Amino acid sequence: MKALNIWRAAIVLGVAAAALPAMAQQGPIKIGEINSYSGMAAFTAPYKNGLLLAEEEVNAAGGVLGRKIEIVTRDDGLKPEDAVRAANELVTNEKVTLLAGGFLSNVGLALGDFAKQNKILFLASEPLSDALTWSMGNAYTYRLRPSTYMQAAMLAEEAAKLPAKKWATVAPNYEYGQSAVTWFKKLLQAKRPDVTFVAEQWPALGKIEAGPTVQAIIAAEPDAIYNVTFGGDLTKFVREGNTRELFKNRAVVSLLTGEPEYLDPLKDETPTGWIVTGYPWDDVNTPENDKFRAAYQKRFNDYPRLGSVVGYSTVKAAAAALAKAGSTETPKLLAAMSGLKFATPFGPVEFRAIDHQSTMGAFVGKTAVKDGKGVMVDWHYADGAKYLPSDDEVKKLRPQ
Amino acid sequence: MTGLAGASSLFLVASGLSLIFGVTRIVNFAHGSLYMLGAFIAYSLTNALPRTVLSFWTGMIAAALVVAVIGFVIERLLLRRLYASPELFQLLATFGIVLVVQDVALKIWGAEDLLGPRAPGLRGAVAIFGQPFPQYELLLIAIGPLVLLVLWLLLRHTRWGILVRAATQDREMTAALGVDQALLFSSVFALGSLLAGLGGALQLPREAASLHTDLSVITEAFVVVVVGGMGSVVGAYLAALLIATLHAFGIVIFPKITLVLIFLVMAVVLVFRPHGLLGKPLAVARDVTAGTAVPLHRAAPGGRLLIGILVVVLAFLPLVAGDYALTVLTELAILALFAASLHFIMGPGGMASFGHAAYFGLGAYAAALLVKFVAVPMAVGLFAAPLAAGLIGCLFGWFCVRLSGIYLAMLTLAFAQIVWSVAFQWSAVTGGDNGMLGVWPADWARGKTAFYLLALALCGGGIMLLRRMIFAPFGFALRAGRDSPLRAEATGINLAALQWWGFTIAAAFAGLAGGLFAYAKGSVFPTYISISRSIDGLLMVLLGGVQTVSGPVIGAIAFVGLQEEIARATDLWRLFLGLIIIALVLAFPQGIVGFVAARFAKPPVDPGIEAAP
Repeated sequence: MKALNIWRAAIVLGVAAAALPAMAQQGPIKIGEINSYSGMAAFTAPYKNGLLLAEEEVNAAGGVLGRKIEIVTRDDGLKPEDAVRAANELVTNEKVTLLAGGFLSNVGLALGDFAKQNKILFLASEPLSDALTWSMGNAYTYRLRPSTYMQAAMLAEEAAKLPAKKWATVAPNYEYGQSAVTWFKKLLQAKRPDVTFVAEQWPALGKIEAGPTVQAIIAAEPDAIYNVTFGGDLTKFVREGNTRELFKNRAVVSLLTGEPEYLDPLKDETPTGWIVTGYPWDDVNTPENDKFRAAYQKRFNDYPRLGSVVGYSTVKAAAAALAKAGSTETPKLLAAMSGLKFATPFGPVEFRAIDHQSTMGAFVGKTAVKDGKGVMVDWHYADGAKYLPSDDEVKKLRPQ
Repeated sequence: MTGLAGASSLFLVASGLSLIFGVTRIVNFAHGSLYMLGAFIAYSLTNALPRTVLSFWTGMIAAALVVAVIGFVIERLLLRRLYASPELFQLLATFGIVLVVQDVALKIWGAEDLLGPRAPGLRGAVAIFGQPFPQYELLLIAIGPLVLLVLWLLLRHTRWGILVRAATQDREMTAALGVDQALLFSSVFALGSLLAGLGGALQLPREAASLHTDLSVITEAFVVVVVGGMGSVVGAYLAALLIATLHAFGIVIFPKITLVLIFLVMAVVLVFRPHGLLGKPLAVARDVTAGTAVPLHRAAPGGRLLIGILVVVLAFLPLVAGDYALTVLTELAILALFAASLHFIMGPGGMASFGHAAYFGLGAYAAALLVKFVAVPMAVGLFAAPLAAGLIGCLFGWFCVRLSGIYLAMLTLAFAQIVWSVAFQWSAVTGGDNGMLGVWPADWARGKTAFYLLALALCGGGIMLLRRMIFAPFGFALRAGRDSPLRAEATGINLAALQWWGFTIAAAFAGLAGGLFAYAKGSVFPTYISISRSIDGLLMVLLGGVQTVSGPVIGAIAFVGLQEEIARATDLWRLFLGLIIIALVLAFPQGIVGFVAARFAKPPVDPGIEAAP
């Protein structure tokens, strides 16, 4: 018996000794992740939880390519130039296999350009700008969230069903607001030539003067309003609009407002009946979302926000790409990303080969108040694949 | 009407800021943070108390009082120790507080915007001229003049008020007459904080308490204070009215350029009334600036040797340093040039600029625009960058050098904000918020080593050139103008022209730094022109020491190094950076280099004694 034990011990030791250098050489596959952790904590805190949950799930299932994955996060402080520096550090010092992340569009674009220069895969998770996959798209950049165009298209479809003919728009005066309004107008007027736009309001981002803005819209007497403001601007706009009865007898369609990040702060003052894009987290009872929601609530004792879904899906997409590529080399990863199909809490999603945009969609529904909280009702899932222009048009928009 | 309501809350913040500046001469960057704390504390209190009219207002006032106590503690523990430091140095400390408050508020109240309760009994609207108008706004309209009246009575008819006014006019004389300065300063700071806290609390029923309010409020408050005239409470009210009305009408008439409008108005007011609408010329604080007049000396031969060795070491660094270290060093070199150019007007020139990032950004945008529209090679881009920044600096400088002190600083800020707004909102040309991509260096400079050497050569050369100018007759004349404008003019120096030149030169070198930065990053964004970059520059100069020639370089290294290391180590980097800045300010009230120089400077040796055996 004793002899057997010694043999056993020797074998274990030998295997361990053989495995050690291999382990050291391999280590975990590192994914570099850059986001606005200090500046946009309302979105990025739940987002980081999503990253963590997915990382733990992937590793609990044995990792990918026989290795664990490790997410290395960096803060960009809302500055694209700092994001580029962090990317540099992740690539040269941490030797990450791919880059991911970004909240602001300009950070996303800067990282996309960095990826192109340094020949590394960049998986943009949150930035919405159309430029990221179209006018400034490149071979190394892929994007997860539905773009400004896609979300505007989802709302334009709903807006076309309304009887309203005279529309007013209110949008923050910077690239996101500008392109959200441009596309909405174009798409709505294509479906409804009888529609006119009677007023445009362009408050500066984060500095809306809600009273005068509301007053100016009332003065133009529109039948319906298209809103692109979000965050603190939205809160002020809603409060002023409610007291001054702007929303009485007027339809409102509003971008992103149904996302828990923006809806929850409004509490019982959530305007009712707005048509919005968002994520009704406790109401979507598909098997995918049930599983995700349960795991998330168990792990963090909190409910998932949209950011959580985005963070979680980003890591799942990266893991799927690594598995499909069977390698950590960039060319093989890029080949794997093109047309990659993977699972998200919203259902199966694919990265389009033509413009590197994922087909992840959004939930479109109406706002309501339930138990003193803002919720979405009458919603449906709008599959992102259906809200993109034809391939010919995409080819025109994206330099080939 | 809505304009009037907005004016009230603006006035509350601005009047507190104005009082504090008038008496203590502190440019209190943390005032916006106190406002933000007022809103958050009011949120917590009103939510904890029952929803009745009485408890709602109790919560509001209690919040303001808590903020007053916080302000009092800040003054006692921190600012108290800094009154003897060079002017503007307290600004560093208050900025440290801004950073700390950001992270503390994030930890206490969380990241989400918090929508407070609306004022009970005032939720509805009343019809005025047939249009619904919120009741709460009517109340706000009334509160503004009410607070103004109380302040006016307090300042006019109490002994305390007389002391405050006396200190505003001539603080040394007041002290000489046996007034307890410590108590006066503390009480003024507490009152100012109270007003800020009240302003924040009163905003709660209108908008959500958010972590982003601090810096946006402080900018507007500065504008109001400067337009009204520093230290003038009535002026602050008038200016608040003007700005708020402008907001209200601007939206109707020029919906797209509201941001620029305020700063345009501020610029116009300052050009025609250099001390604001109701301001008086600032009395020169006599003892505070002592120490600024220490003459600068050229480095001793030993020092020059040291610099020479340092340059050689830096040039050979790529042999040992890794790629990432090189990118950080490149960035450091660029920011050191940026800081040195700011120091050039702040130190020898005596003109503090709060908007130096404008020229940094102009340089970057000039290079990027040329690349985008004309596809020029890198050499042309790098040549155009300082040229464009210098030209615009020349234009802005013409207005700026007519002012002095805080008014000059605010006018530079106004110009910087105008440039920023154009870059941010004119998407068709500048790409707006998305910036411009693909500004990569020429092939030969694409490697990290090559670009590092290029940056080192241009930035090192630029810094040496600036240094050379400080010790040339031009620099001496500039310093003469700073220390005694009257005597300088009397000796035949054309001070305005001289300062104008100084401003233009500083702008051109900042532009060169910006151009290099654009090529280093491969892209340009409006953040290059943002207020936070201007503040970064100020921090670097102040941290290193305004009255030293090598200060800005050391300051840049210290600041960037700290930020970089802390940001990688923790998500709470603002808290730690803020604390370190505060600790540095307390430890080195003259800046790092100023401290070293004072510590190791030998008393001048009389050559006669040395010659004796």
